[in-house]
Amino acid sequence: MSIVQAALIAVLAGTGTYLVMHRTLTRIILGLGLLGNAINLLILTSGDSPGEAPIIGREGAFTDPLPQALVLTAIVIGFGVISFLLAMAYRAWTIDGNDEVEDDIDDRRLAQQSDTGGDYGEPT
Amino acid sequence: MSALIPLVIAVPLTGAAVTLLAIRSRTTQRLIAIACAVATAAISIAILIGVDRDGTQAAALGGWPGRIAINLVADRFSALMLTVSSTMLLAVLLYALGQRADDERSRWYHPAYMALMAGVSGAFLAGDLFNLFVWFEVLLMASYVLLTLEGNDGQIRSGTTYVVLNVVESLVLVTAVALIFAATGTLNMADLPDRLAALPDGVRLGLNLLLLIAFGLKAAVFPLFSWLPDSYPAAPSPVSAVFAGLLTKIGVYAIVRTQTLLFPDTNRTLLLVIAGLTMVIGVLGAIAQSDMKRILSFHIISQIGYMIMGVALGGLAAITATIFYMLHHIPVKTSLFLVEGIVERDTGSSTLDRVSGLARRSGPLAALFLIPAFSLAGLPPFSGFVGKLAVVTEGLDQRSWWIVAAALAVSLMTLVSMLKIWTGAFWGDPDPAPAEGQSRGLLRQHPLMSAVTVAVVTATLCIALFAGPLYRFCERAAQDATRVTTYTEAVIK
Repeated sequence: MSIVQAALIAVLAGTGTYLVMHRTLTRIILGLGLLGNAINLLILTSGDSPGEAPIIGREGAFTDPLPQALVLTAIVIGFGVISFLLAMAYRAWTIDGNDEVEDDIDDRRLAQQSDTGGDYGEPT
Repeated sequence: MSALIPLVIAVPLTGAAVTLLAIRSRTTQRLIAIACAVATAAISIAILIGVDRDGTQAAALGGWPGRIAINLVADRFSALMLTVSSTMLLAVLLYALGQRADDERSRWYHPAYMALMAGVSGAFLAGDLFNLFVWFEVLLMASYVLLTLEGNDGQIRSGTTYVVLNVVESLVLVTAVALIFAATGTLNMADLPDRLAALPDGVRLGLNLLLLIAFGLKAAVFPLFSWLPDSYPAAPSPVSAVFAGLLTKIGVYAIVRTQTLLFPDTNRTLLLVIAGLTMVIGVLGAIAQSDMKRILSFHIISQIGYMIMGVALGGLAAITATIFYMLHHIPVKTSLFLVEGIVERDTGSSTLDRVSGLARRSGPLAALFLIPAFSLAGLPPFSGFVGKLAVVTEGLDQRSWWIVAAALAVSLMTLVSMLKIWTGAFWGDPDPAPAEGQSRGLLRQHPLMSAVTVAVVTATLCIALFAGPLYRFCERAAQDATRVTTYTEAVIK
């Protein structure tokens, strides 16, 4: 694995992780996309050293075709998941006017209960 | 025989495609879905019988030799899980048809459900790590759709957490797969045990931990469970019944599979600690809640702890206990959510403050709740008792006193939180007081839902009744799971 590739993976993964920590769904999606690409590169570098194209009938040392097949599958899956998330972000925006990821209502209610010393009120 | 194995994936996948084509006619969709579910259940039973007779079977797709082919492997363990899950999927499909809620009337329900079925079957049968990831993705994608089918405010809110966390889980899993491939040059689960054994200890531990994080998130073990009780209650009852019964158990299945097959001799103290914490935190969460669905969701987490405890203890007897526990837990948990679905259908709410006195209105419904509830708490003579007894005995044999103490205490607390549902929803005076004609036959108002629930509860009773033979079968399944050579020899002939 060359230093450049390793550094690229590190930058992509780092930026992706930073973006996923946000509250806005759009940023999370961008982060997940970057993380996915970092990992695709990681798969690609997990093969052996580069060589000839793995085509039947050719001579020479071939590249391992398996990582390429894996990356192709991972890209397709990532594409599907990200389009679903984008649809969800759009839906959240049509409902709320923003795409913030909110706290769970019951979690918040329970946290308030413990703050106020167990006031069992109506669930909000 | 091995020709049947791909069918159990192909049939529901075809079903998903055909239900999509038949999107204009709901009746056609329903008929196709039922036919596919029945066929899948029948095929998986046939596989179970065949595998029990002939031993582990592998289907090499594309006709390549076992080392490089995409393998689908069925041993007694995976065939057992396949049979339980496909019968549960069939039962819940019928229940959803009986419920006639808005989500089932959606045109996308049946295609997504069929895809879920294919993903579940694929995950149980996958013979290499990357395909395991792909089938996980198939079932997750279907579960995203089912969870957010109505697209209302609550579903989008909880769906976001669920989807994002599961995407992160998938990314961790692919990272683990990439690193395992980089370290060993193969992803074939039959080829991996030897090659992993040749790696330095530190590398092996790192790979093992990455896989555990990925599957642990799916199985909702201790530090990684917070997504579950937020997302499952938002789904419609039949959907959360399927999720509760099956999806976390696929994570547990993957943990058992990888721990016994790929990392057989590792020290599992960390896993034991995680198991203990999962049990305790899960049940404490359940006690704090006041909504039926959320209490039941937290119970899933604490029950996962028992299964992980079996894996962590290791050895044939402990894996047998884990497999039996999974076998009993899937129908028990599903039936509890099915009962909850009837309550919610009838009263329009699952919050304990708003539901009351159901036992007065319908004794049979109360019984349908009590049987799986007692089973979950591990009271004899129900099926949970056998599973818990097996896990606890194994803990005593291995002198892990503190985990046994935790397991017993958690059983007691499970009972306490079940009592909370009981006193809240079933005991006391009905609210509002039932009208003259309404007082009898809550179950009779929802005949199909009730029939399915009765059938699933009866199945849990049968597990208790035939615990002896079933336990012996689980022992054979555990032998298949723990003996690496039977697996590798079946795949690489």
